[in-house]
Amino acid sequence: MSIEIQDVHKSFGSLEVVKGVTMTVEKGEVVSVIGGSGSGKSTLLMCINGLEPINAGRILVDGTNVHGRGTDLNKLRRKIGIVFQQWNAFPHLTVLENVMLAPRKVLGKSKAEAEAIAVDKLARVGLSEKLKVYPSKLSGGQQQRMAIARALAMSPDYMLFDEVTSALDPQLVGEVLDTMRSLSAEGMTMIVVTHEIAFAREVSDRVAFFHKGKIHEIGPPAQVIGNPQKPETIDFLKSVL
Amino acid sequence: MFSSLFETSFSFNDLLFMLKGAGVTLMLTFWAVLGGTLLGVVFGVIRAIAPWWVNAPLGAVLDVFRSIPLLIQLVVANSFKTIIGLHWSPFTVGCVVLALYMSAYCTEIVRSGFLAVPATTRRAARSLGLSWRQDLTEIVFPIALRVALPSWIGLTLGVMKDTAMVWWIGVVELLRSSQVIVTRIQEPLFVLSIAGLIYFLMSFPIARLGARLEKRWREND
Repeated sequence: MSIEIQDVHKSFGSLEVVKGVTMTVEKGEVVSVIGGSGSGKSTLLMCINGLEPINAGRILVDGTNVHGRGTDLNKLRRKIGIVFQQWNAFPHLTVLENVMLAPRKVLGKSKAEAEAIAVDKLARVGLSEKLKVYPSKLSGGQQQRMAIARALAMSPDYMLFDEVTSALDPQLVGEVLDTMRSLSAEGMTMIVVTHEIAFAREVSDRVAFFHKGKIHEIGPPAQVIGNPQKPETIDFLKSVL
Repeated sequence: MFSSLFETSFSFNDLLFMLKGAGVTLMLTFWAVLGGTLLGVVFGVIRAIAPWWVNAPLGAVLDVFRSIPLLIQLVVANSFKTIIGLHWSPFTVGCVVLALYMSAYCTEIVRSGFLAVPATTRRAARSLGLSWRQDLTEIVFPIALRVALPSWIGLTLGVMKDTAMVWWIGVVELLRSSQVIVTRIQEPLFVLSIAGLIYFLMSFPIARLGARLEKRWREND
């Protein structure tokens, strides 16, 4: 049970943003990906659940080739939850309906089952008071927690987080990080693209430093953040800390 | 009937005659809006997602319906029908032309509603495992409907008034029936005011319905 990324290349037109990345994330592991803007971190996440095609290499999720011919992406995505920088609430549905939608439509749960799941997941992220409210009435932090509950409702084996706190007001960042912290404490396998270096250091088993589409350094946080070896890593950490 | 021909004041029968015309106007509107909306949704979705080699010709054809005055379309279609030997009543010709005319405008409304749904929202839906089709039915259409409804209501009200033009191919609808009465009793201001009132009474519920839906949705936004 793992996500294996093998020499993946990804271009948008003539611009190559991921230039040969290899990395394996084992079940139960939390890996943080740090690096400057445009270093290819977010793009790599989109490739892992097949939202973006790749140009070379391959990505295996539990042995299934994500970009292989005949791979049922809709089925594969059930076990990979993803939360985006822009929380992307469905504006026409209440908080409860946002979270119920995928269990009902994708997993074919009954209304009662889906509602039970949604109530449970929303309680986890601390939104029990907001079930009947529309997303527009929520703060950014609450919307982001709803997005996490929405992904968790599919009982995924893996969770991908794409700079989930970057678009939030500073005072709202903490509540979202707390939710992620509790997830990692429960043993959820997570790949976290983040600019929150302190958070990465605290929760990660490993940290990967991305630079110009490649992994420059990867290892335990004490090593990559605490005692970086490469000049690029040192420069980056200096600029963000 | 014959006695009323010599009446020079507005009678109850005249009102009935106008209401019958109003009924024809409503039926024309109903079929035009139904056909125009169904076609508009299909064409609008195609316009939003199809490659250019489908999109460009479709857009060009629809532009023809949007740029030629409705009156000309009606007269040409009515003559064309005779030339190719179709035995359609003027009422049917009116419904078909109005539906095509409405569909041309509705296509653009549907298309812009569709494109107003952010790609990131759709991506989030797909990331949860929703299929392409489920993304359309559960996410894109409901959001697009909210965006498109005000324009669609406006278009529907416009088409209701445009039905008056089928008078030119011989359909007796509300305006034509009013004209008949005006010719007899020579009271255009009075008769046309009644016709205007009837048009208003027919449009008002549609406008109200639209306003109510909009208000309900706005409360959620």
